[in-house]
Order: sequence, then structure tokens, then C-alpha cells
Amino acid sequence: MLNNGSLTRYAPSVIGWIVLVSLPEWINVVAYTDLGSRVVILGLAAMALNFLLGHTGVLSFGHAAYFGLGAYGAGLTLRYLAPSTGLAILVGTGVGMMAAMLIGPLIIRLRGVYFAMVTIAFGQIFYFIAFRWSTLTGGDDGLTNWSRQPINLGFATIDLKSPVAFYYLVLFVFAVATAIMAKLLNSPFGRSLLAIRENERRALFLGIPVNLRIWLSWTVSCGFASVAGAMYALLNNFVDPRTLHWSQSGAFVIMAVLGGMRSFWGPLIGAAIYVVLQDYLSSRTSNWMSLVGLVFVLVVLFFPRGVLGMLGRRTQA
Amino acid sequence: MTRLKVENLTKRFGNLVAVADISMVVEPGEIRAVIGPNGAGKTTFFNMISGFLTPTTGRILFENRDISQVAPSQRVKLGMARTFQITEVFPELSVRENLQIAVEAALGYGLSVRMSEDAAEEVHAEVSELLGLSGLTDKADRFVGELSHGDQRTTEIMMALALKPRLLLLDEPTAGMGDQETFDIAKLIRKLHRQQGLSIVLIEHDMRIVFNLADRIMVLAEGRMLAEGTPKEIAANEAVQKAYLGTAG
Repeated sequence: MLNNGSLTRYAPSVIGWIVLVSLPEWINVVAYTDLGSRVVILGLAAMALNFLLGHTGVLSFGHAAYFGLGAYGAGLTLRYLAPSTGLAILVGTGVGMMAAMLIGPLIIRLRGVYFAMVTIAFGQIFYFIAFRWSTLTGGDDGLTNWSRQPINLGFATIDLKSPVAFYYLVLFVFAVATAIMAKLLNSPFGRSLLAIRENERRALFLGIPVNLRIWLSWTVSCGFASVAGAMYALLNNFVDPRTLHWSQSGAFVIMAVLGGMRSFWGPLIGAAIYVVLQDYLSSRTSNWMSLVGLVFVLVVLFFPRGVLGMLGRRTQA
Repeated sequence: MTRLKVENLTKRFGNLVAVADISMVVEPGEIRAVIGPNGAGKTTFFNMISGFLTPTTGRILFENRDISQVAPSQRVKLGMARTFQITEVFPELSVRENLQIAVEAALGYGLSVRMSEDAAEEVHAEVSELLGLSGLTDKADRFVGELSHGDQRTTEIMMALALKPRLLLLDEPTAGMGDQETFDIAKLIRKLHRQQGLSIVLIEHDMRIVFNLADRIMVLAEGRMLAEGTPKEIAANEAVQKAYLGTAG
């Protein structure tokens, strides 16, 4: 099996995983472990968005809503319900995915810019709810007075206080989530999504129920965005309404396009570039976003397939 | 059993009558050509049969079943498939993937995440057979978008065939092709027809194709049926010559 072709095919993934697993060992030289967690979490959110954008061909501009619902779901669980990190992740994911599933039927008939606009509108509804309902969410000040708790496995307890321990939890969740996404994409179901991306009319006349598939893809995509959101809340021990804001949705789109929409891992690379640029530049200038914008424009102009798309036409899992 | 029966089909867009009161019967194994000048309503007629448009009045029966209101994806399941005037394929996927998606859709695996080895083997075998039939085996792993117009059109026809239709609708299969490509497509259609016992309805501008392939020809002009008959009868028909063949050369 391991001929030259599969070597060049799997080598990037293997190197990528080695970099991710060994990250806490070397990142302190240049930055700090929480930055690594941020990259992986936002990378997961961008890959989740790209499930819909790059692999189904549907642009959502409202994924922050489900990312934020995941974050609030996790934060509120720990604040009010039970001191369980595992339950927080499950509730966050469930809330975000359920919201997407219910909103889906209202929007799946729309295409292109209309779909994008309506997803923004739904996202902003959640933003204003979180902003206004301050007795529950803390409003603009954010949801505080809670923190991630040790995970009790019965035979052992994992303390998540240290950034390194939390990083490995993030990486574990990321590995499971991306494995599921890769499995979905590499199946007849995933290929029917590619068919819709490539040519909706042809897909329809192959007997593929296009709207139903877009609904499923949307729900899966938002579900993984919620997982990322729950992890993001746990990372910061804090949630505020900006997690739900449309500009956060825009950031996910930028990450996906920057890294390469057509490749599976592209959005992770995009997230790494975005997060590191943000971290580095925002400590030097408050206009950091204009520099990120400049990088984005240059990539779109000169490498329309994104950073990974430029490296290899078909880099896949 | 009659394969396709169209009864008094009419389509209006506002005040414009695109198709007026057309009836047609297509038997199993028949190749039927629909010809007519631009704007004659051929494509509208076609779109109603495939379910892209719903008729204003009239009925469409597929194997005695009224399908006038049935959705396109359901018509596919009943045994109809079509190609488009402008080739509709999946350009950024390989020929193999294009056919694989079609075969998986036809076999009803479109929702599966996990596939048994037998099922995967079945799909693989069917894709290989379609590649062999089409003569595209050498180009199987190239992106369809990179292929010649003729090869893209062939891919599209094979995707339609992957659905194992009993009625195949071809909308101008040789549009925009050179002589050699046109000849190759005609040969392919002949071969498929012979092997699969398909009924085929095709719209075509190239008269060499029409008179070479069709068992019967229907001529439309300004939304109405001008004439219907065997190629010999149509060639001899004065009204047709005046309205169409004469002007088209």
C-alpha cells in the first residue's frame, strides 16, 4: 500500500499531527500554550464552517451564532447546573446543534448571498438575546464566576487547570471531531455533498434530494462549530456576546478562505495564520484588523485556492 | 406498455404560449427526435417531461403512470434521466468520481456513511463498466473540467446512464461539437441504445444525427406540432421543408 503516491498523500497529515501533539513542548519558546489551544479550537470552528462552505458549496455568514451557543451552553451549565466539564461540552454542543437543526428548514431553500444574509440575521438575533438578557448571561460584561472543572473518569481524575492539560483535552476533542468529519466526507453521503457543490442541477437530476442534504450538512457543520464554541468557553473560563457576533462569523470565513476551502486541513492553517497575526499585531497596533485584511486580499488575489490549495491541489485527510 | 405518453401538453409564461397542445407517444426501445427552429418550444417541452417545469395543462404518463406533478428527483427514481443543453457535470471532480456519485445515487447509497465491502465492490464494478462503455478509462482520474467538450458530454451521458433509466432524455447532445466529436457521440448513443434497450428522446439541431439515429421525428414550430413521422416521411413533408429544413439548409 505504501507506495510513493500514498507517502506524499499521508506525509503532510502525519507531520501535522506530530506538530500538534508536540506543541506544548516547544511553543513556550515563541508564545504560550493557550495560544496553541486557541489555534486548534478556532481551527475546528473554521473546519466545521468549511464542511458547509468548501465541501457543500454553501456560504454561511452566521456560524458564530452556533459557536457562541456552544460557548454559552457550556458556560451556563458550569455556572448554574453542575460542576462537570464533560456535561458542559455535551450541553453546549447539543444546544448549538439543536438550534441549527430547527433553523435549517427555514433557510435551506435559499442560495448564495440570500442564504448568507439570512444566516447573519439569525446570528444577530442570538447576539442580541445574549446582550440583553443580562440576568442570565451577564450581558455585555459576559458570563463570569465559573471555571472548567477536573474531569472525573472514575478510575482517575484529570485536572484541567494547567494550560498543557487543557491543550491535550482540546486536541483530543479536535481529533475525534475531525475524524468524524473526514469519515463523513469520505462516504457516499460526503460525495453527494460534493456533487451539490459542483453542480446543483446535475445533483438534482441524479435524484439527490438537494435541500435535505444541505439541511444535514448545515446541521453537522453547526454542530461541530458548537463543539468548538464549548471548548472556547472552557479555554477562557468566560463567554461574552462577541462570541456570537457576525464579525466572528466573518473571521471563520476568512480562516477557511485563507487556508484553502477545497482542502480538508486548510481552515486549520488559516486559523493558525489568523490567530498568530492577531496575537502578534494587536499588541502593537489597534488597527491589526486592517493588516489581517491586507493579507486576506493578497491571498485571495494571488492564491485563490488558499495557502494549502497553493501547496497541493488535492491535499486531503 | 407505452414508455412515455404526452397528452395535450401546454405551457404558458404569462401571455406567451411556449408549448401548445402537444401529444406524443414513445414506445419501448424507440429513438425519438424532436426538431424545430430556435424558439419552437423544444426545450420547454423537454423540461416538462423531465420535471424541471410543470405544465399549465395536459398530462405526462411514464409507463401508464401520471407524473405531471412528480418532482424531478422522483422521476429519476421511476426510471427517467436527462442531460442538458449546456453540459452539466462536476468539473472539479474526476471522471471516476462523477460516475461514482451517479452510481451511488442510483443505488440509493446517498445517505450512507458506512458501506459494506459488497456494496463498495458493486459500485466499483459498475463505474468500471461505465468507463469501459464510454471509452474514457484512460482519462478516469482526470478532472472532468479539464477534458474536451466531447469527453465532458460523454461523461454526462454516462452519468445519466448510471441511473439505469428506461427513458433517456438528451438535450442537444452534439451542440457545439466538431464533426469527429459529433460522430463519436452518435456512435455512443447507438451503442447504448442497442445494449440497454432504452427509449431515447433527443432534441438535436444536427440533421445528420437526427436522420441517422431517429426511428421517428417530431417537428415543432412556434410551440405547435408541425409534423410527425419516420425520417423518410419528414424529409418528404412540404410544410416541414418550408418552415424548417429549407431555411436551415
